[in-house]
Amino acid sequence: MILRTSLQLAIFLLLPPLLLGVINRVKAIFAGRRGLPLLQLYFDLWKLLRKGTVISRTTSWVFRAGPVVGLAAVLCAGLLLSTAGQPAVVAFQGDFVLFAGLLALGRFFTALAALDTGSAFEGMGAAREVTFASLAEPALFVCLVVIARAGGGGGLDPFSLSSMLGPALPGAWDQAGSAIVLVVIALFGVALAENARIPVDDPNTHLELTMIHEVMVLDHSGPDLAFIEYGAALKLFLFGALLSRLAFAFAVPSFLAQETIFLGGVLLFAVLVGLVESLMARLRMHRVPQLLVGASVLSLFALVLELR
Amino acid sequence: MTIQLLLVAVAAIAASGLAALAFTQRPRLGQRLATTLFCAGAVAGLAAAVLALAAPEPPALALPWQVPGGAFTLRLDPLSAFFLLPVFLVPALGSIYGLGYYPQDALGARSVRLQLFYGLVTGAMALVVTAANAVLFLVAWEVMALAGFFLIQTDHEKREVRAAAFVYLAATHLGTLALIALFSILGSAAGSLEFARMQGLPATAPWAGWAFALLLLGFGLKAGIMPLHFWLPGAHASGPSHVSALMSGVLIKMGVYGILRASSFFDAPPASWGFVVLALGAVSGALGVAFALAQHDLKRLLAYCSVENVGIITMGVGLALLGRARGEPVLAALGLAGALLHVLNHAVFKSLLFFGAGSIQHATGTRALDQLGGLGKAMRATSLLFLVGAVAISGLPPLNGFASEWMISLASLQVLRMPAGDPMILAVLTAPALGLLGGLAAACFVKVHGIAFLGSPRSERVSHAHESPRTMLVPMAALAAICGAVGLGSPLLLPTLARAAQSWTHLPVDALAAPDGMAAHSTLRISLVAAGLLVLVALLVLWRRWAGKPARRSETWSCGYSAPTARMQYTGSSLSTSLVELFSFAVFSRLERLRPRGPFPRRAVLRTTVPETVLDLIILPAVNRCTGVAARLRALYRGYVRVQVLLVLATLVVLLALRFLIG
Repeated sequence: MILRTSLQLAIFLLLPPLLLGVINRVKAIFAGRRGLPLLQLYFDLWKLLRKGTVISRTTSWVFRAGPVVGLAAVLCAGLLLSTAGQPAVVAFQGDFVLFAGLLALGRFFTALAALDTGSAFEGMGAAREVTFASLAEPALFVCLVVIARAGGGGGLDPFSLSSMLGPALPGAWDQAGSAIVLVVIALFGVALAENARIPVDDPNTHLELTMIHEVMVLDHSGPDLAFIEYGAALKLFLFGALLSRLAFAFAVPSFLAQETIFLGGVLLFAVLVGLVESLMARLRMHRVPQLLVGASVLSLFALVLELR
Repeated sequence: MTIQLLLVAVAAIAASGLAALAFTQRPRLGQRLATTLFCAGAVAGLAAAVLALAAPEPPALALPWQVPGGAFTLRLDPLSAFFLLPVFLVPALGSIYGLGYYPQDALGARSVRLQLFYGLVTGAMALVVTAANAVLFLVAWEVMALAGFFLIQTDHEKREVRAAAFVYLAATHLGTLALIALFSILGSAAGSLEFARMQGLPATAPWAGWAFALLLLGFGLKAGIMPLHFWLPGAHASGPSHVSALMSGVLIKMGVYGILRASSFFDAPPASWGFVVLALGAVSGALGVAFALAQHDLKRLLAYCSVENVGIITMGVGLALLGRARGEPVLAALGLAGALLHVLNHAVFKSLLFFGAGSIQHATGTRALDQLGGLGKAMRATSLLFLVGAVAISGLPPLNGFASEWMISLASLQVLRMPAGDPMILAVLTAPALGLLGGLAAACFVKVHGIAFLGSPRSERVSHAHESPRTMLVPMAALAAICGAVGLGSPLLLPTLARAAQSWTHLPVDALAAPDGMAAHSTLRISLVAAGLLVLVALLVLWRRWAGKPARRSETWSCGYSAPTARMQYTGSSLSTSLVELFSFAVFSRLERLRPRGPFPRRAVLRTTVPETVLDLIILPAVNRCTGVAARLRALYRGYVRVQVLLVLATLVVLLALRFLIG
């Protein structure tokens, strides 16, 4: 049991930067390039951690608190998410509210740090981030409620992420498969928005006016930037893990097989994000709320399907 | 014993202002004496509340009183005792804050008047939550409402203050009227105006629906539930900041108390009541925060945010009513416990934020958000304490706002166990609604803290800002500490909440009370994760300090542009525009724009104002229309005796005709 939990934690701490490498590789292949090494983000993080920091004169301590709180919050959220159908480190009734709350806390401090620079661009990024996040939140909650209804009522801690994504999930697929399909689609949309990927935000853009997440962190450098990049990778992994378990909920007896399916699903998620990024353009800013409201409506449909 | 302690506390607090009045010649001493008396009373009152929460039987007192139907009956059941906590805590800290913020030696009679009514309103609130007789309750209610009116009117030379106070007065009397009608109905049904005799009234009686509507109108007006909130933004923005803290933090909770108390008289209220309350709460929450986002005035913004938080509390009450309607003990207990905890939490962080707003006004002389900026450098402590309040009110872990919102979400999840097709299951949408509210509140307070305290100063006066005196910082620090303590120590509050829930629901509360119960299990884990978060933050900061190289200072990156000014920063209005636009069905911003013209543009203006939809767009036009019609009617007969005689005659003829026609 302890061995399994440590393995899960190790995967959570070590794997995420690889996902960004996979996304970049998929995009490179589509563009006919060879692309960055798969492990590029690990190299970047290592380099950034050893670099010095430049801080704007306008800023106060809040600016330096942003990356730290952001990373700590995502790390704590990782303790709550059960991966590969195994119970999470911490599980209790309604723990997904804490999961969402921790992600929101990280965002709160990132946005404050952006406003602390006094730059119009970063203010713009903060405004967009909080706007889109508050629209993504209800969609995320409806999705989680649908899963809770489908398979979360049992187990040691009913309505916890561990029981919702636990051994009861394959059975829930038989009961409410269509609802879960809708939830997977809606959650994929939410994941793209929360992680600042196309079609909501373009992580590769070079124009501050059009960026969201990247523009908020323009002034961070050195270890602070490493914290932010690592936190973003962890967050991407959290959503990938959620989606992977939801989409590939097979009742497999062996732990290793379960883990393989799960990791395959997470990598597939990264490939899918890369595909979306290669095949789609970024939406215009005022279209983004429609995407997020669409995700909410889709998840509400799933709820109706389930409650009918 | 407990109740005598409470009476002493009420007397000391209500009379505390007299000490200030007695020493008008030595204002410093007078205010200190008044504050000491106030705080001593509050400590006694808090002790009484704690004793009552621990007592096996609720302490009660009955004295004869020569008022028809009335009796001086007090009862301190756990629900009342729980409400006493914010009633004594917040105003006491407010009176300390007033030493620095509203000094008697500088402001003279104005400060004396404020202290008189400040004590009076607090004493009246303590009586409101402990009265066990309808007449006594109404008398205390009216004293509270009138003292509140004088507190709002403190700066009565200002026209907008007088207007706001008048709207408050009209609204609160409309509410009192509804309450008199409500207690008349309940009293005649029960045969007594004693609350003890009103227990177990049938909710199926034909008059019960009317009573429920009156209850919502009377107490909803005080609580500021949308659309009955129209008086609230003006009133809470107009008074001095510790008055706003008292009103927003505590006084509006009297409406919540009233809803809980009056609904507890009914035996198994129908599910429809629960749904109505739940829906009202959701609407208040969403529109309250939308209006808050659209405000430019810091205190108006905080006032609208109170509408949102009352909405959250109301949602908890709605779930608890649903639980009682169905006899679902877990739903009822968790819903009520979440609502009560949020009552306490909101009192704490909202007064913290209002104190912070007062400090900003004290330091800069303005409440306009878009004039502020960069205050965090001159006011380091205020900035940190305000940030604690902002995180707490956004419902984010690890602070107290999260604990109560989580509890309400958890209550709503319980309905997922109902069979498919049961309408009750719709109540699960509370959880996504709270998610939306949390996101919007976070956006709102990113705006408030980010625009006021971070970046660089947006106007001249802000650059001369100074830190507040210690008398203002200490109460804020105490409130911030409570935010953290309740957030981390929520398991310790469960027994208290369980007792209050038990006294209200009359259902088993094992889920809350049992030491190995579900709530204890979960809150303990929340505290663990919250503590883990704090430890992680500390470790990361230490690691960065230990391993990182010293930081270099430079300019903010602005795309290579080398002379950015403070006016180029994003403003609060621009930050919230796109969210406010999503609510354009209810929030009607008015845009005043003068575009720059010609090759050498001279003047350009862009100004948005956000009218209060219910007050400015519905009630005031309707009132104006009515007065217009009345004035025209009056013009018909004013000065013409013949017309007046004709009118008397016509009325007589019509009445006689009616008499004969109807029989």
